[in-house]
Amino acid sequence: MRVVVSTQAFAPDQELASFARGGEAGAVASFVGYCRAEGGAVERLELEHYPGFTEAAIARLAGDSLRRHGLIDLLVIHRVGAIPAGEAIVLVAASSAHRLEALTAVSEVMDYLKTEAPIWKKEIGADRARWVEPSAADRQAAARWAEN
Amino acid sequence: MPRVLFFGRLRDMAGCSEREIACENDLDLPTFRRLASLGDHDLEEALAARSVRVALNAVLVPVAATCSVSPGDEVAFMPPFSGG
Repeated sequence: MRVVVSTQAFAPDQELASFARGGEAGAVASFVGYCRAEGGAVERLELEHYPGFTEAAIARLAGDSLRRHGLIDLLVIHRVGAIPAGEAIVLVAASSAHRLEALTAVSEVMDYLKTEAPIWKKEIGADRARWVEPSAADRQAAARWAEN
Repeated sequence: MPRVLFFGRLRDMAGCSEREIACENDLDLPTFRRLASLGDHDLEEALAARSVRVALNAVLVPVAATCSVSPGDEVAFMPPFSGG
């Protein structure tokens, strides 16, 4: 398992190309989240984190998911700092013997990142700036995993 | 002296990401919030909101906990997370 929280831009295709090598995985599922331009209203996002605490919290939720779904490997890359519209914010990739575990884990980790990763996201536009908070839908999405 | 960290919109309200609190004694959380707010009642109220999570020395404390802050401690006030 690898968890990276960094201000550096990353190339999702290159990260995926080097993930899950070795031949044991029958399935690799992944998700990439990008900074949306919102029709030009958003110039960039500014993501703040709590160094050390944020990495530990993400490693904990990723480790739980890895064990719960019996994954072979899990990769979480979360960019912080200033992220221009169009660039990648987050990559989650999971490998497993069969597809269901990898697909489920990616969806679960993303839902938990939205509500349980100590990261604060501000949308910056030409004439506005606002802190993003998880929506009711985000909270419901995260809560459904706890019910199962 | 204990140190306070502000994140997200709380950082904007405080106008800084951290400050040291002049105090040599152990403090309960409400007293610490009042001192950390430097007389800004809106900030003090915002720090006490149910949605704000508190970490003491980088460990999350349960909301209802009777948390005591000692000189040298680091207390983080964290509004709802928005990762992903």
